[in-house]
Amino acid sequence: MAGKTLFDKIFDAHIVREQADGTVLLYIDRHLVHEVTSPQAFEGLRMANRKPWRVGAMLAVPDHNVPTTNRLRGIDDLVSREQVETLDRNCAEFGVQEFAMNDKRQGIVHVIGPEEGFTLPGTTIVCGDSHTSTHGAFGALAFGIGTSEVEHVMATQTLLQKRAKTMQVRVDGQLGVGVTAKDVVLAIIGKIGTAGGTGYAVEFAGSAIESLSVEGRMSVCNMAIEGGARAGMVAVDEKTIEYFRGRPFAPQGELFEQAAAEWRTLTSDLDAVFDKVVVLDAAEIAPQVSWGTSPEMVVPVSATVPDPANEPDAVKADGMRKALVYMGLTANTPIEQIQIDKVFIGSCTNARIEDLRAAAAVIGNGKVAANVTLAMVVPGSGLVREQAEKEGLDKIFLNAGFEWREPGCSMCLAMNADRLEPGERCASTSNRNFEGRQGQGGRTHLVSPAMAAAAAIAGHFVDVRQL
Amino acid sequence: MHAFTTHTGIVAPLDRANVDTDAIIPKQYLKSIKRSGFGPNAFDDWRYLTPGEPGMNHGQRAKNPDFVLNQSPYDQATILLARQNFGCGSSREHAVWALTDFGFRVVIAPSFADIFFNNSFKTGLLPIALPEDSVDELFREVAAHTGYQLTIDLASQKIIKPDGSAIEFSVDAFRKQCLIEGADDIDLTLKHAADITAYEAQRQQTAPWLFLDKRA
Repeated sequence: MAGKTLFDKIFDAHIVREQADGTVLLYIDRHLVHEVTSPQAFEGLRMANRKPWRVGAMLAVPDHNVPTTNRLRGIDDLVSREQVETLDRNCAEFGVQEFAMNDKRQGIVHVIGPEEGFTLPGTTIVCGDSHTSTHGAFGALAFGIGTSEVEHVMATQTLLQKRAKTMQVRVDGQLGVGVTAKDVVLAIIGKIGTAGGTGYAVEFAGSAIESLSVEGRMSVCNMAIEGGARAGMVAVDEKTIEYFRGRPFAPQGELFEQAAAEWRTLTSDLDAVFDKVVVLDAAEIAPQVSWGTSPEMVVPVSATVPDPANEPDAVKADGMRKALVYMGLTANTPIEQIQIDKVFIGSCTNARIEDLRAAAAVIGNGKVAANVTLAMVVPGSGLVREQAEKEGLDKIFLNAGFEWREPGCSMCLAMNADRLEPGERCASTSNRNFEGRQGQGGRTHLVSPAMAAAAAIAGHFVDVRQL
Repeated sequence: MHAFTTHTGIVAPLDRANVDTDAIIPKQYLKSIKRSGFGPNAFDDWRYLTPGEPGMNHGQRAKNPDFVLNQSPYDQATILLARQNFGCGSSREHAVWALTDFGFRVVIAPSFADIFFNNSFKTGLLPIALPEDSVDELFREVAAHTGYQLTIDLASQKIIKPDGSAIEFSVDAFRKQCLIEGADDIDLTLKHAADITAYEAQRQQTAPWLFLDKRA
C-alpha cells in the first residue's frame, strides 16, 4: 500500500465519523474569527439558543474595517464601526478571546494566528476568510469557509467535509537573487491557472520551497486559493518547529518537546501518491508582475503585456480583452514601461517582518518618485510594527516618503478608508487584482515587496535584479 | 435553509469566465451584519453607472443598460448561466446571499470555485456544473429565444429544456438530501454530539497540547 500524503495524515487524524457516502465529520482544532464574516454566525447561535462548543478553540480579531491612521480616535465610518463593535460585543457575550482594535497584538488574522502560536502544526484551522490557506505553511490543514460554516464550527467544533484530491507542486532548484516567495507563487498560479487547484489540497514541496523561510512559505500558501485550492500546505521541518518555541499559545517545556516529536512526522511519506504533480524549475522563475484582473494574468517583469490575438481559447481571449480595457493597457507594452500612481506594501500575503525588511533594503536612501501620489506600508500586526520600529525600518520608509501605518487588511480590499480612486494604478503586495478590489475602478498589479519598493522609487515597474 | 425541489425560471446569460465574489458583491456591502438585503447590490460595479455605498437608495442610481441583468426579461431571471470558475476569490457567503436575494435559485456553469460551491448549498442556491459544450449550447439557445426558460428537477437530477429534452446533472447525494429537506446542518451534526465528545477525549490523550485553551 502506498504511503500517506501530509494532507491525508492530518485529515485522517481529525475524522470524528464517516458516512457511507464518504462525507466526513471533521474535527476543527482552531477557529479564527474576524468582524466581516462572523456577525451572522453569532446571530445564528443566538436565534437557535446555542452556545459555542469550545470557546477556547477560538480567537477573534478585527482587521478588515480598522483604520490605519489615528486609531485612538475610533472609526469614522459608522457602518464599519458598527461591524467592529458587533465583534467586540459578540466576543464579550460568548466569552471568545479577542485582540481588540487597540490591543498591541491586533493585526491581520492570518498574521497573528502563527505569531501567537495559536496556529500549530498538524491542526485543522478554519476562518471565514479564503486566505486561511496561509496557515498551511506550518504543516496544518487550513482553509476558508463561509459564514454558515463559521456558525457550524462555532456550534459543533466540526465541519462536514469530503476528502479533497491531492496535488503536489514541486519547485526544484535554487531561486535567483531578488526572486522571492511571492514570485514563486505568482509563477505557480500563472502555470496552473486560477482554477488549476480547484478540488485539491496542494502541498508545496521541492528544494526551493524547503529553502524558504516559514514566512516565505506563508506567502506561498496564502495564495493557494488564487490557484483555486482551498488549502495549501508545506511539510514540517526544523524551521517550522523552531518558529513556535516560546510563542504565547504554543505548548512550553516538556509538552513542547512532546508536540515537536509528533510534528516531525508531518511530512508526506516518500512513497505517497498524489492525484496530480506539477513541477517548476526555480531557476526559471523571474520577478513577476500581474497585468490583468485575475491572478493567473501574470508575466515576468522583463516581458510585455500579452496579446489576446495570440490566445487560441476564445473564452480566455475574451477575458484578456476585457482585462486590458479595465486595466487601461495596450497589448505588447513592456511591463517596465507601466507607470504607477500608488504603492501598497501590506496584506496577509506580504506584511510580515521579512517582507518589510526586503522592501526597506531595496529603498535604502531612495525617495518615492514624483508621479507616485501615495506609497504606504501597512504592517501585518502590532507586533510586526513594533519589531520594524526596533530595527529602524519605519525611518527608512518615512525618509523615502512612504506612509507608515497601523496594522490591518487596509488597501488589499479597501473596506476601510484606504483605497484606489477610479483609474489609479497600484503596485501592490496583496493577493487579488480583481476589478474594483482595491477601490472601484482601481487597477492592481500584484508584485513582491521588493518589486513594489523598487517601483515606488522608479515610478514604474523595474526589474529588482538589475538595481 | 430554503428547501429546493423543482424550479422553473428565466435564464440570464452572464458570458464571462472567472466571475469572482468581489464582482458578485463588492466589499463595501460586506459591512452589513445581516444576512438579507444584498440583492440590490449584486454585481454592483457592473450594474450601476455610479459608485455605490451602503445606505444609498439604489433604486435611484443610474443603471448600466449594457449589463444583462438590467435588460428585460433577464431582470426577472432566476437561473444564471455563466462560464468557468464561477465564484472564485473570497469566501464571502454574502455572494450567495446577494444572488438569492436578487432572485436566483440556480447557477449553471462549467465549473465553480470550491468555497462558493459549498456556500451555495447552505442557502438553498443550487450550483450545477455541466460540461463545457452543454454550457455553450445553453448560451446559444438563450441567445436564440427571448425569455428562454429551464426547469430544474433536483430529485431526478434533470434540467428540462423547453422542447422537453433533458440534461442530467450530478450532485452529491448528501447535499441533495439536505437541499430537498431544507435541513439544518447543525441540527444534523449535533445528533452526533457524543461522537464529538468521544473524539475530543481521545485526542486529549494523544495530543494534549491542542487543548491548552489558553487565554493569553
